Amino acid sequence: MANARNLRILVAKPGLDGHDRGARIVARAFRDAGFEVIYTGCHQTPEQIVSTAIQEDVDLIGLSILSGAHRYSFPRVLELLRENNAEDISVIGGGIFPLEDIPVLKEAGIKELFEPGAKLSDIIEWVGKNIIPRREA
Amino acid sequence: MGKQIISESALDRIEKEHAEWLEEYRKALAKVPKRLERFSTVSDLEVNQLYTPLDTQRRDFFEQIGFPGKYPYTRGVQSTMYRGRHWTMRMFAGMGNADDTNKRFHYLINHGETGLSTAFDFPTLMGYDSASPLARGECGKCGVAIDTLDDMGRLFANINLEEVTTSMTINPPASVLWAMYIANAERQGFSRKKLGGTIQNDCLKEFIAQKTLMLPPEASLRLVTDTVEFGTKEVPRWNTISISGYHIREAGATAVQELAFTIYDGITYVEEAIKRGLKVDDFAARLSFFWNSHIDFFEEIAKMRASRRMWARIMKERFGAKNPKSMLMRFHTQTAGCSLTAQEPYNNVVRTTTEALAAVLGGTQSLHTNSLDEVYMIPSEQAALIALRTQQIIAEETGVTNVIDPLGGSYFVEALTDKMEQEAMAYIRKLDELGGMVAAIERDYPQMEIADAAFHFQKQVEAGDKTVIGVNKYASDRPELEFVLKIDDQIEREQIERTERFKEKRDKVGFQKAMDELVRRCEGPPCWNNNVMPALIEAVRAGATEQECCDLYRNVFGTYTDPGSF
Repeated sequence: MANARNLRILVAKPGLDGHDRGARIVARAFRDAGFEVIYTGCHQTPEQIVSTAIQEDVDLIGLSILSGAHRYSFPRVLELLRENNAEDISVIGGGIFPLEDIPVLKEAGIKELFEPGAKLSDIIEWVGKNIIPRREA
Repeated sequence: MGKQIISESALDRIEKEHAEWLEEYRKALAKVPKRLERFSTVSDLEVNQLYTPLDTQRRDFFEQIGFPGKYPYTRGVQSTMYRGRHWTMRMFAGMGNADDTNKRFHYLINHGETGLSTAFDFPTLMGYDSASPLARGECGKCGVAIDTLDDMGRLFANINLEEVTTSMTINPPASVLWAMYIANAERQGFSRKKLGGTIQNDCLKEFIAQKTLMLPPEASLRLVTDTVEFGTKEVPRWNTISISGYHIREAGATAVQELAFTIYDGITYVEEAIKRGLKVDDFAARLSFFWNSHIDFFEEIAKMRASRRMWARIMKERFGAKNPKSMLMRFHTQTAGCSLTAQEPYNNVVRTTTEALAAVLGGTQSLHTNSLDEVYMIPSEQAALIALRTQQIIAEETGVTNVIDPLGGSYFVEALTDKMEQEAMAYIRKLDELGGMVAAIERDYPQMEIADAAFHFQKQVEAGDKTVIGVNKYASDRPELEFVLKIDDQIEREQIERTERFKEKRDKVGFQKAMDELVRRCEGPPCWNNNVMPALIEAVRAGATEQECCDLYRNVFGTYTDPGSF
């Protein structure tokens, strides 16, 4: 994992959802795996998330949501990244998604979705394999 | 030791035979290895292989166990418990708009539910109207969208509010929604003196766990105390706070942490009300509690029994309460959402049944049973009915309600009850040392204790030390469920337009006058003459929306944002 130390990840909670158990566990697991982690805390707008991602020069945004508002906030984050010429920042998601929403979100550009029961080791392995630091890309 | 349950001579024999049995047990295990290295509860509290009178020998029956309805209330808050009447079957419900939720209320009442419980959507929970840019995509998704007094009226249409008790899960904006509830009830001809119900109104656990955050801790406590004061004087049958462990547990706390942090939140509310000048025996009887019933059966029963004893002792010894009603920990219980699995969702019925049974054996006053599809979404009608029926089967078929506190005297349950109390009291002393709950929250203490416990549990699941069927053992794919509720995105636009029309109709002068009075009271020193509740009731009658009242709060008191620690 030569690249692992260089990866910067923003773990973000879009919308008004307060279910942060998963986001905080994943943030801690990313940190333990050697990634640099920034966690936004709850109640971030897509605008705030994208602005933080750009300022912090992250390689990956991990969006966590359990409120059902992903149909608005996930595509909005992707749209804002494009508007800010930062579409090379990858976006993944974690939370609860109706099955019919999963292909829609992936089609919109979410690289991967992790659902309830996902193992931390699998998430970390996926990130290690699929996300390259932007500076080296 | 005159009141000791077992005589010294009997204990000597038990001790001798216990040692002999232990020898045999160890020999037998040497041949058949133990299933696990270490046996522990879901909270990772280690438990022994067997409990005997040796584990409870120092117990004074009257001080520790006693009788139902008698101090220290270990065995229940009423003398009759479920021989008199069952717990209130109170299904948490809310989705879409007020009409959709009213329909669900009537459906549940028609199928035998005995109390109402309202789930609000995230914008309502956070003090925003549906039109707020921050509410995009959330309207009606996780509960019902309520912006105005008109919405409140439609929510409770054709329900007798003097007969049914209503619980509202609402925290920073609790005063506003309660004002709408009272104003609506009075408009329907009901008397505020006869209204029964509960507002959750537990702001401290929001900082610790649930994260519906709006105002800083001190201002939040001021508003909570205003509602306690107003309820004491004006709405005497209302539970002004539901001091909640549920969300603390869902965030990953252990049973002991849930017990300790929640009871300490309770201590803080009592201290604040006393500071306001209220007498403990005038308001404490209207404080209620809310526990999580997780999957570890005996741990939950022990936690609930310990909670009653702890609260009774704290109210008597720490606050000098004299009225027995002030010492009663009356509580609602919800089965643990976090124990349910998206995989093989029908198995959730079994989990919920087990958890509901623990809540009943723990002596709950009211109960929500989760629906099997609640891992995906707020429940469908079909799944909510199965969950309600689960309670009715426990109540009326199983026979577990025939005897009061049937596990009282179980060596294991009594020893575990004692252990819960001891460990929770250690946390309470720690919180005292830290200077109280607000100081502890500012230091991130309870938040990080819970985060550590949540991470520890996740690691245990991934290592296979804790089993979740369908997830880390007998793993299975997530199937499609035929009855997952869908909330139409269209609801958002309709709700925004409805609130807009409502605001256009109001008398602008009367509205402004009411809002000016609310500002004056918020800016003044906390006291009865500056209590926000009378002004809020006037404001919502004059057409103030939820967000307009909450924006006023935010302007006067400032805001609070999640520090985002992990």
